[in-house]
Amino acid sequence: MARHHEGMRKERLDRGIKVRSDGVYAVGSWREMAFLLAPRLVLILGLLALPLALAQAPYWQKVLSIICIYALLAIGFDFLAHFVGLVSLGGALYIGVGAYLAALLNTELGLPVWATIPLATVLGGGVCTLLLWPCLPLRGVYFAIVSLMFPLLASRIIEALDVFGGTDGVIGVAGFPGVWVEQYLLVVCLLLILFGLRRLVNEDVGLVFRGVKDNDQAVKASGINITTFKALGVFIAASLGCLGGAILAHIYNWAGISQFALDFSIIPIAATVVGGGGTLVGPVIGCLILVPISELLRDFGTLRIAVYALILMAFIVFKSEGLMSFGARKYNQSESWVEI
Amino acid sequence: MAAARAQMSPDQAQPLLSVRGLNKTFGGVQALAEVSFEVRPGDILGVIGPNGSGKTTLVNAITGFIKLDSGRVSFQGRDITGWAPHKIVNRGLTRTFQVMRPYFSLPAFKNLIVPLFSNRARRTGGWRGGGRLGSRDTVAVDILEEIGFERESYVPYKVASSLPTGYLKRLELARCLALRPELIICDEVFSGLSMSEMASMVPLMEKLNLEGITLIMVEHRLRELFRLATRVLVMNFGAKIAEGTPEEVMADEQVKEAYFGSEEVYGYV
Ligand SMILES: Nc1ncnc2c1ncn2[C@@H]1O[C@H](COP(=O)(O)OP(=O)(O)OP(=O)(O)O)[C@@H](O)[C@H]1O
Ligand SMILES: [Mg+2]
Repeated sequence: MARHHEGMRKERLDRGIKVRSDGVYAVGSWREMAFLLAPRLVLILGLLALPLALAQAPYWQKVLSIICIYALLAIGFDFLAHFVGLVSLGGALYIGVGAYLAALLNTELGLPVWATIPLATVLGGGVCTLLLWPCLPLRGVYFAIVSLMFPLLASRIIEALDVFGGTDGVIGVAGFPGVWVEQYLLVVCLLLILFGLRRLVNEDVGLVFRGVKDNDQAVKASGINITTFKALGVFIAASLGCLGGAILAHIYNWAGISQFALDFSIIPIAATVVGGGGTLVGPVIGCLILVPISELLRDFGTLRIAVYALILMAFIVFKSEGLMSFGARKYNQSESWVEI
Repeated sequence: MAAARAQMSPDQAQPLLSVRGLNKTFGGVQALAEVSFEVRPGDILGVIGPNGSGKTTLVNAITGFIKLDSGRVSFQGRDITGWAPHKIVNRGLTRTFQVMRPYFSLPAFKNLIVPLFSNRARRTGGWRGGGRLGSRDTVAVDILEEIGFERESYVPYKVASSLPTGYLKRLELARCLALRPELIICDEVFSGLSMSEMASMVPLMEKLNLEGITLIMVEHRLRELFRLATRVLVMNFGAKIAEGTPEEVMADEQVKEAYFGSEEVYGYV
């Protein structure tokens, strides 16, 4: 088929329902409702069903938890990069701060899990925002580099000063009451945050964020403090990471300097590239693909990274827009070949 | 002394904006040299000068977009020198950009959501207080319709990147209006307009002024400017070389030499 198209061109038309649902018109029929809701339901029900489906495979349950934690980071990265205009490599910082805070709150102050996680999320977000505050005027790669320095610094400082348990880390952190609590806490948080953020970026405040990214002079001339909004963006992204870090500490009953590992800074970017930046859902899908691949590749030993890199390169070369953007286009548009 | 005199004669209003001894150099270029002037409430002050004479730099300096080397700016009797742009804007001193800066990917009316989100617009309700009555979207469309975006042909809903210069210049003005301005500094809102666009822009500026908005208009289109301006300030090489009514300025020898003496006069007047 695809080879005989001389004198023809591919025509793409928005499906009628897409055009109408973008406007103010009401959606009229079950079919149309289903068309709009199906992708969301697949994602929601799929994620909610995964822990059950993996009930017989404890190893893959762990992987699912890790996927969710990376997904929180990746959503934060995508939000900061595509809606606030800050390319942050601070993922490792967020995870580390969240993990240490939760661990210390639990072991030193004896707070239970249901208190340490929200506290570590909010306090950690605040700490990370304060650390990154002086860098907020930096743009592009400069912000990226500085945000990458912080996790490196943090682990070296903890090691050198031998604080917070030094190289041993904080041990004896309380675990979750059960694996179901751990899994559903993560999955539900992930879904709420995903849909919440998607809502936020489409509200008026989302337009302000996008203005800060695309047209900061005009935003200043509109009487809005761009530093405040950048800080707010960083706070949101950092809180997501700290939430992940806090949960991680309770999963492993431990917080240590390996939680400042660069994987937490890099994989979210890869996931965003694979899944499609600017969509917020894309990065989650990216994590659902990349993290299991990286687990499966453990069999390759040292070749793991090489194979991983090849897969990533293939994605970037063949589907640079990302899976989510590609999928959304296919879903919302009908394509046909027409005579020129 | 000056303050005491202002109190004694209430008819002589306190200046809305007062600029004292502004200096700014870029590398070796003296972009502003000891510029001082005052604007009274209700004025329309024209600012003219050859290309590169420092007009845009003056606008940037007053509105906080660049740091001054020396000099003071005060607005409504309050010293605003060195303030961040957003703080200055929130006091009602707004500006347009010579190179228009719309959010190209957004519909025209969505461009106004950002200014309507500012503290000042929330507090005052935006232009004419409309924000107290409706959602930001409604207020935005109302403002645009009021300044010439024909609603019946859906112009307010068109994507900014598809709009011609005339509308983009108005969109710059609309951003200021959404902030319920005391003063708008317009950096060349007339340039690049067709004759017909011009014909509706001049009355619009008059209307805004009648509503009580003070205007500073940086312009190259002298004919239209001189119809509007109550006073004119002339710049050359970063310095103020003359100030007065349009007639006085036209008659000034220095101005003729610096500005009208050149061939530009035929292009502009
Ligand atoms: N950011 C900057 N860096 C370096 N030089 C600058 C900068 N901004 C302005 N200048 C210089 O300052 C001088 C005044 O420029 P300005 O843009 O204020 O002129 P203008 O009167 O607005 O000109 P035009 O009528 O062309 O808009 C020019 O020589 C310009 O090259
Ligand atoms: Mg200029």
